[in-house]
Amino acid sequence: MEKHEHDYYHEHSHSYGIYILVWLALMVFTAITVAVAGMDIGRFTVVTALVIASIKAYLVLTIFMHLRSETKTFVVFVIVALLFLGISFALLFADYSYQ
Amino acid sequence: MSSTEHSVSAHVHTDDIGSRMGMWLFLFTELLLFGGMFLIYSVYRYEYPEAFHIAAKELNTIMGAFNTAVLLTSSLTMALSIVAIQRGQKNLSIVMQLITIFLAIFFLVNKYFEWSAKFHHGIYPGSEELLSKSSGEILFFGLYYVMTGLHGVHVIVGMFLIAVMTRMTRKEIITKDSYVRLENAGLYWHLVDIIWIFLFPLFYLIT
Repeated sequence: MEKHEHDYYHEHSHSYGIYILVWLALMVFTAITVAVAGMDIGRFTVVTALVIASIKAYLVLTIFMHLRSETKTFVVFVIVALLFLGISFALLFADYSYQ
Repeated sequence: MSSTEHSVSAHVHTDDIGSRMGMWLFLFTELLLFGGMFLIYSVYRYEYPEAFHIAAKELNTIMGAFNTAVLLTSSLTMALSIVAIQRGQKNLSIVMQLITIFLAIFFLVNKYFEWSAKFHHGIYPGSEELLSKSSGEILFFGLYYVMTGLHGVHVIVGMFLIAVMTRMTRKEIITKDSYVRLENAGLYWHLVDIIWIFLFPLFYLIT
């Protein structure tokens, strides 16, 4: 009989620990983003908030959504999807800031 | 030989990777749905930075941060319910799914109080109070209601989806050897969480 392909996947995510650690990290990042927003650092406020939000989203994507243990195809899919969203933003602002 | 015959007749075709990939493709359409709204948000924030700043002061940061924590915790319990089913701990998985649903309800209840407080202050789409404000502030609250509202709809959908999964786990349709449905419900739930991760700083933390 054929070997089960999904054994590869099964071997990866069996421990509770990593998820609890990631959850703790997400909570800490939330606290940091609230604390930073309280300080007056001008235009860097938006940048910091978005950087922290992106780190949090990265953690959720890779660990909670198991992208880390999926095949490469999934990662390529996600990157392409995000790239197209990025292109929309880039083109919009390229158009918008010259009006 | 007879064992081979047996396994062939008992063979149920499944494609878990294909199933998850289908879910991801659906999630990309969700990403672009919300992405379009984030585009509108970014243009108007660029256009009316002052008004957005003033309008955001009306929002309760503590309430927003609290709801962020609630949603992040629900994402944890969702992920744990999948680990539990992988380990064959059916009851633990069900408990984790029920906690996730409870946290989703908790999030919505907070949202309800948050919105009613705004309504109470006369800030709702089309209200006299809101229309007397500057156009930037009107746009901010318009986006606030549409984006958190659409996100709230996703929370409700996700909640029902997880409830169906809980029923399937109880009936042992979702088991240690077949749990891709639960994984896909989890993927949806985590996406809802990611969207909130961006909504929170963009609406509550403009200083």
